[in-house]
Amino acid sequence: MHRSCKLIGLIATVVVPALLSAQSYPSAADPRSNLKPGRLDAGIAASNMRLVSFSPKPAVFDTVRGLTFINSDVAFGNGHYAYQGNFAGFTIWDVSNPAKPVMASVVQCITSQGDPTIIGNLLFVSAEGAGNRNDCGKGGVQDPKDHMAGIRIFDVSNPRAPKLIKNVQTCKGSHTHTVIPSPTNPKIVYLYVSGQQAARPETELAGCKNGDDPADSTNSLYQLDIVKVPLDHPEQAAVMPGARIFTGLDGSPECKTFCAPVDTRRPPRGGRGGAPGDSANPAAVRLNTGPRNCHDVTAYPAMHLLAAACSSHSIMVDISNPEKPVRLSALTDTNNFQGRHTAGFSNDGKKIIMTDEWGGGTGPMCQANSIMELGGNTIISLSQNGKKQTQRSYFKLPAAQSAEENCVSHNGGLIPVPGRDLYVQGWYQGGVDIMDFTDANHPSEIGYFDRGSIDPPPPADTARGVELPGAVAPGRGAAAARSRGTIGGSWGAYYWNGMIYSSELDRGFDIYELTPSTRLSANEIAAAKLVRMKEYNPQSQPKLVWPAAFPVVRSYLDQLVRNDGLSSDKTSAIAKSLDAAEKQSGAARAASLTKLAGEVDADAKGAKDSARVKTMASEIRRLAAASK
Amino acid sequence: MTTKRVASTLVLSIVLIGAPSLARSQGGGMKGMPGMDMGHEIVIPKGALYTKADVEFMQGMIAHHSQAIVMSRMAESHGANPQVLKLSNKIDQSQVPEIRIMQGWLERNNQFAPDTSSWHHTTMSGMLTTAQLEELDAAKGVDFDRAFLRLMIQHHAGALKMVDDLFNAPLAGQEVDVNVFANDVVTAQTTEIGIMQRLLKQLPPK
Repeated sequence: MHRSCKLIGLIATVVVPALLSAQSYPSAADPRSNLKPGRLDAGIAASNMRLVSFSPKPAVFDTVRGLTFINSDVAFGNGHYAYQGNFAGFTIWDVSNPAKPVMASVVQCITSQGDPTIIGNLLFVSAEGAGNRNDCGKGGVQDPKDHMAGIRIFDVSNPRAPKLIKNVQTCKGSHTHTVIPSPTNPKIVYLYVSGQQAARPETELAGCKNGDDPADSTNSLYQLDIVKVPLDHPEQAAVMPGARIFTGLDGSPECKTFCAPVDTRRPPRGGRGGAPGDSANPAAVRLNTGPRNCHDVTAYPAMHLLAAACSSHSIMVDISNPEKPVRLSALTDTNNFQGRHTAGFSNDGKKIIMTDEWGGGTGPMCQANSIMELGGNTIISLSQNGKKQTQRSYFKLPAAQSAEENCVSHNGGLIPVPGRDLYVQGWYQGGVDIMDFTDANHPSEIGYFDRGSIDPPPPADTARGVELPGAVAPGRGAAAARSRGTIGGSWGAYYWNGMIYSSELDRGFDIYELTPSTRLSANEIAAAKLVRMKEYNPQSQPKLVWPAAFPVVRSYLDQLVRNDGLSSDKTSAIAKSLDAAEKQSGAARAASLTKLAGEVDADAKGAKDSARVKTMASEIRRLAAASK
Repeated sequence: MTTKRVASTLVLSIVLIGAPSLARSQGGGMKGMPGMDMGHEIVIPKGALYTKADVEFMQGMIAHHSQAIVMSRMAESHGANPQVLKLSNKIDQSQVPEIRIMQGWLERNNQFAPDTSSWHHTTMSGMLTTAQLEELDAAKGVDFDRAFLRLMIQHHAGALKMVDDLFNAPLAGQEVDVNVFANDVVTAQTTEIGIMQRLLKQLPPK
C-alpha cells in the first residue's frame, strides 16, 4: 500500500504536461513542402512506405467538383474486399491483388456522407445530408417523407450487385456510425449512430424533437442514438431508446492543462460564478454549449469500452451492456480545441488518441502559421478502467502544407507492430501519416505519403491580401474557380492484412506497403503482416493478437537495439541464438528457445528497458511451446 | 437578408491585410462595387439542388465572417489577454478559409461572390452595428476583452441563427457543400461560444 502510494506520487511528478507548443513546423526543407501540384500527376514524397497501387475514382463519381462526389470512409470484409464510401454511393474493390485492385461494383445512391461498415454480407452506410432520399435518387428531397437520414443497409452477398434492403430513419441522421457486437448474442449487432446536426422536425419523422434540456427524455438531442440489428433479419433493424450520456456536461469548463498562458497582469478571480457583469450579458445567449452528440465514437468491444469524440469533450463509456451504455468520464480540452472528431485506442487500452477536425476537413489548417495545438491529435492516458483521463500531448502533421491543401487530422487505425503503438492516419491533403504514440508524452512521426496539392496556387496578383478586391460578377469567376478550392486528400488510412489502404476524396483509392528503415524494421513489418483479419471496421477496434513467431520476438529485439534498452553484447548474442534456433526444428528448437528464454529473463535484471526484455522472454517461451 | 449601409464611413485601426488567402476574386477594382444592396439578382438554374436561400446564406455569411475577422484582428493592438488573443487568432485562421470556401461555391455556381469588404454594407444576424464596432475599437485591455467576448458571442449566435433560418427555408440546405458547410459552422461556433462564456467568467469584475 505504502509503496504504491509512493509510486503514484512519482508518476505524478514525471507526467507534468509537456510544453504548450513543444512541436513546431520544420523548415521548408521537408520533402513534402513544395511538391508539384496536380490532380493525377502531383509530385509525391514518401517515407517508410511506398505506393503499391492507385485506382482512380469511378467515372460516375467524377463529374463535378465540390463535395457532391467525394469519397469518404472505407471498411474491409469478406477476406479481400474494401468497401469505399462516397457522398453519392459506394465502390466495392476486390483487393486480392493489392497491386491491381478490381472494381467489383459501383453503386449510385446519394448518401452523404456515406461512411460504411461491413458485417458479413451486410453493408451499413451513414446517411446525414438533407438531400438524401429513400430511393437513393438525385434531385434532392421535394417531399419531406422522401428524406432518408439514418442508416442504409445493403446486402452485398453478391459484390457485383449489392441490394438496398432497408433504410433505418433516425432523428438526427447519421454522420458516422460504429458497430458494437452483442456480447451475448452473435446474431445481434448494435449501431451507435453519431452526428451533430439538429433533429428533424416532427412533421418529417414522428418523435423527433429539438430542445435545450439535456435531461429531457423526449429531446432528440443530447443522446447517443442506438440501432439494433438482428443479423438474420436486417429488415427488422430498429431504433432503440438512445443513451443520455451527455447530461451534466458543461461546454465551458475551466482550463486545467495545455491552456493558453494565464493572463499574469490580471489574474482571474477565484471561485465560481463569474464576474458581476456576466449575468447582464446582453448577448443573452441561452445555449447549452456542452456536447449534444458525438462526431464519432470508437468502440473497443474486447475491453467493453467506447471512446466518444463529442465536440468539446472526450467521453469514455462502459459498453458492457450495449443497450445501456454508461458514461465513465469526460475530459475537455479548453485550449480552444474545436471539435473532437475521431478516437482510437492503443492495443492495451491504456491510451486513446483524439483528433480535432479544426476547419471541418475543408480548411487548410496545416499551414506554417496554423496554430499547432489545433487540428491535430491529442494523446490521452486512461486509468481506473476508463474512469480517469489525462491529456498528455499534442501531435500535428510535422510538415507545413500549402493554402491549397485542406488539411487536418482525420481517420486512422493501428498498425499491428508488437511492442509499439503505431497509428496510421489520413490528413486529407496533408497525406497519410504514421504516428508512434508509444510514449504518450512524446508522439512522433515515423512515416508518411504525401502528394502535392490538387489545385495549383492562384496567380500571384489574386493572392494579395487587400480589403477591397474586385467582387466577382455572376458568370465571371466560374471558369477560374473550377481549378481552385478542390477538396481532397486522405479521408482515412488503415492497415489491413499487410497493406495500408487510403480513401482519397477526390482522386480515388490508394494502397501502400510499409518499407523498412531505422525507425521501423523489416522484422516489425513482418510481425505486423502476421495479424490477419477477415473483417475490419476501424471504428470497432479489434484486439490485436500475434501468433508465436520469430518476427514477433525479433521485433522486440529490434526495439531494444533501437532504444538501447539492453546492452549491445546481449542483443547480439540473443540474435545469434534466435538464428540458430530457427535452423532447428521440433523438440530441438523448443529446447534451445526455452534455454534462451531463461537467459533473457536473467538479462532483464539491470536492463534499461527491462519490461520489454521480459516481454521478449515470454514471447520466446511462447514460440518454444509452439515449436514442440 | 436585410442590407443597409452601416459602416462604410467607419474608420477602424485595422484592415484586412496580410492575409494572402483572403482575397479570391479576379481583376481589380470594380470601383464602388456596391455589394448586395445594389441588386445582383439571384437566378437559380433549372435542376439546381440549391435555392435562393442557399445563395443568400453563402453571400451573407461572407460578410458575417469578414466582420468577425475584422473584430479578431483588433485583439492584438487593443491589448487583449493571451487567451482572448489566442481565441481571436483561431477565429481569424478558421474563418479566412471558410470565406474562400463560400466564394468558391458561389463562383462554381455562377452566383455573385461578395468580397471581404461586403461587411461594410451588409447586416446579417448578430453582426455589430457601427456603434458597437466603435465601442469595441475604443476599448483597451480588459475592457476590450469584455467587449470582444460579449460582442463575439452575439456575432456567433447570429451565425447559428442564420443556419437555423437556412434549414427552415423551404427545400434549402440540401446541396451537399452548403449542407456540410452550414453544419460545420454550427459545430465550430457552438464550441467557441462555450469557450467565450468561460473566458468572460474569468475576467475580473468591472
